[in-house]
Amino acid sequence: MSLVQHRLDAAEHVRPAEEILLGFCRTLRAAGVAVTADRERTYLECVAQVGLDDPGGVYHAGRATLCGSPADLERHDLVFAEWFAGTRAGTKQREPLPKAVNRAGLDVEEPDTGRGGADEDVLRARASPTEVLRRKDVASMSHAERDRLTALYGALRPRAPRRRAHRWATAPRGGVDARRTLRATLRRMGEPGEVQWRRRTTRPRRLVLLIDVSGSMSAYADALVRLAHTYCTSGVPTEVFTLGTRLTHITRPLHLRDPDRALVAAGEAIPDWSGGTRLAEGLKVFLDRWGRRGMARGAVVVIFSDGWERDHPEALGEQVRRLSQVAHRVVWANPHRGRAGYEPVQGGIVAVLPYVDDFVAGHSMAAFAELTEVVARA
Amino acid sequence: MDPRTTFPTATDLAAALGETGYLSDEALSTVTWLALRLGRPLLMEGEPGTGKTALAEALAETMDLPLIRLQCYEGIDASQALYDWDFPRQILHVRALEAAAGTPDDVRELEADLFDERFLLARPVLRALREAPAVLLVDEVDRADDEFEAFLLEVLSTWQVTIPELGTVAASTPPVVVLTSNRTRELHDALKRRCLYHWLEHPGLDRELAIVRSRAPEVSEALAEQVVRAVHRIRDDRELLKPPGVAETLDWARALHELGTRTLDTATAAATLGVAVKYREDAERVKKALDAMLTT
Repeated sequence: MSLVQHRLDAAEHVRPAEEILLGFCRTLRAAGVAVTADRERTYLECVAQVGLDDPGGVYHAGRATLCGSPADLERHDLVFAEWFAGTRAGTKQREPLPKAVNRAGLDVEEPDTGRGGADEDVLRARASPTEVLRRKDVASMSHAERDRLTALYGALRPRAPRRRAHRWATAPRGGVDARRTLRATLRRMGEPGEVQWRRRTTRPRRLVLLIDVSGSMSAYADALVRLAHTYCTSGVPTEVFTLGTRLTHITRPLHLRDPDRALVAAGEAIPDWSGGTRLAEGLKVFLDRWGRRGMARGAVVVIFSDGWERDHPEALGEQVRRLSQVAHRVVWANPHRGRAGYEPVQGGIVAVLPYVDDFVAGHSMAAFAELTEVVARA
Repeated sequence: MDPRTTFPTATDLAAALGETGYLSDEALSTVTWLALRLGRPLLMEGEPGTGKTALAEALAETMDLPLIRLQCYEGIDASQALYDWDFPRQILHVRALEAAAGTPDDVRELEADLFDERFLLARPVLRALREAPAVLLVDEVDRADDEFEAFLLEVLSTWQVTIPELGTVAASTPPVVVLTSNRTRELHDALKRRCLYHWLEHPGLDRELAIVRSRAPEVSEALAEQVVRAVHRIRDDRELLKPPGVAETLDWARALHELGTRTLDTATAAATLGVAVKYREDAERVKKALDAMLTT
């Protein structure tokens, strides 16, 4: 049968309700919501109760069964508006992403000439602008995409790295808690009973973010400062500095809850946006004034930079060596690492690599999510 | 009365809840109705003060079922939620028997007597199973830890509990379960998958006004509207540590009514701000902008 005949057949084929709903679930999973098989079953049961002809009911059923957090609710709304090809009264009208998303490097699948191919294309093409946006390199985005990206920062889950503290806390397992056991025994008038246990609590380690805002990093600076703001407002003890020709401490402005205002305030505090790069000097100043005196001690330090050093790379290596002696863990995030075929041959990076514990990419939303994991596990 | 079939449609449920004074929007009533029909627990997350606990109370009132409340806290374990044996009382029972009649002949009889119903301290979950049908409210489940969540999950799936000395207790009708969380911690996915999820926002202007009129009918229309508008302006400021919720709006309206105010002016608002805003930094911020908030 010719391709034309296939497409005609597909066009008049009425899809059963389960296929439509399960296709929606699959698209939602591609958008980044963790939809498992039992959630899909519950969704189908709920829609059976509500009735497929009630769009409001289907909308609410999806939100109740497929989502597990406010970030999931946002994604569900987006995908619902696109999948069911109509807007539900009350949902916000969102602009669809511009068509030029091919540059993200996702393979655009060739239309299948087999059976049902026409409809499968449609499925894949709809799989998800949000996921594409997450993986896209920040430097290559348009303004509309950057605005969409800002909304995705809310979906990041920054967690502090933890260390064991000295305090003890009640626990179901662990070391014997003699005092509590004794007091429980006294309550029972001397009769022996269960042993009470205790274990040491954990406390968060401090996180220090050093962001390079010189010319070569200017495309990423905005996104990185927003990432720093997400950390500052999430309750993780964070200190943020920018490096360029000078070292600037911007933790205070970033503690404002509203991201846009925080960014403006931080921008005003930084005098050397897109200037030259003097990384080694900046690090030296940080270590002498703040780092060795306690801010970097036992902390997890993340440096966002591409390592282009105006002076000798050995100086940069020396400073990072001093940093690694003081800090608990040093993470270097290089946006260029996200590119395929990247090899660390550039002098500055080669000089610092021996002293760096984790070398990660820092160019896209997905890379940021990976960075939050690396930091939390440090 | 089977909770599953009490309400034929979601609108009936919304109307019934409205009669008890709890005003819900379409989303909440649909999700609650689905939870009742499918027999699934309902997980409510949201800012504090948005009416999560109030929903369980309203449900219990409209369906005429007992409300059993389990308040979770850090370190809660299964014995605090399920049951415990009243050890001191059992010891006293043994001592009393000794004092009264010397040592009893049949040791086995004495032991069986010790694990009698009267020495069992039935905690909320067991009470919910026994007094079925009932509404079980598990409040602030995010304050408990992972082990407790695993225990909850097990009970929520099987609806029966085995007490070794007494036997199995199974619920004739599974209770209606409402779990609330303040999102201080991410709950385990297995528990979330078992439940239907709903996120509760602060209500809009009209709905909040309707809630104030319904719950505090003694407050005049004009004053209620002024209070609701002021609270919405305060909430618009995203820098607050704890924006005021519906509970705070109701308290403020009632407090102003008690003071006999007719219209809300800057002086009265500044004096009674502690009812709505509970943190000192927030109160200072709001006081500076109070003039602007009340006049527009």
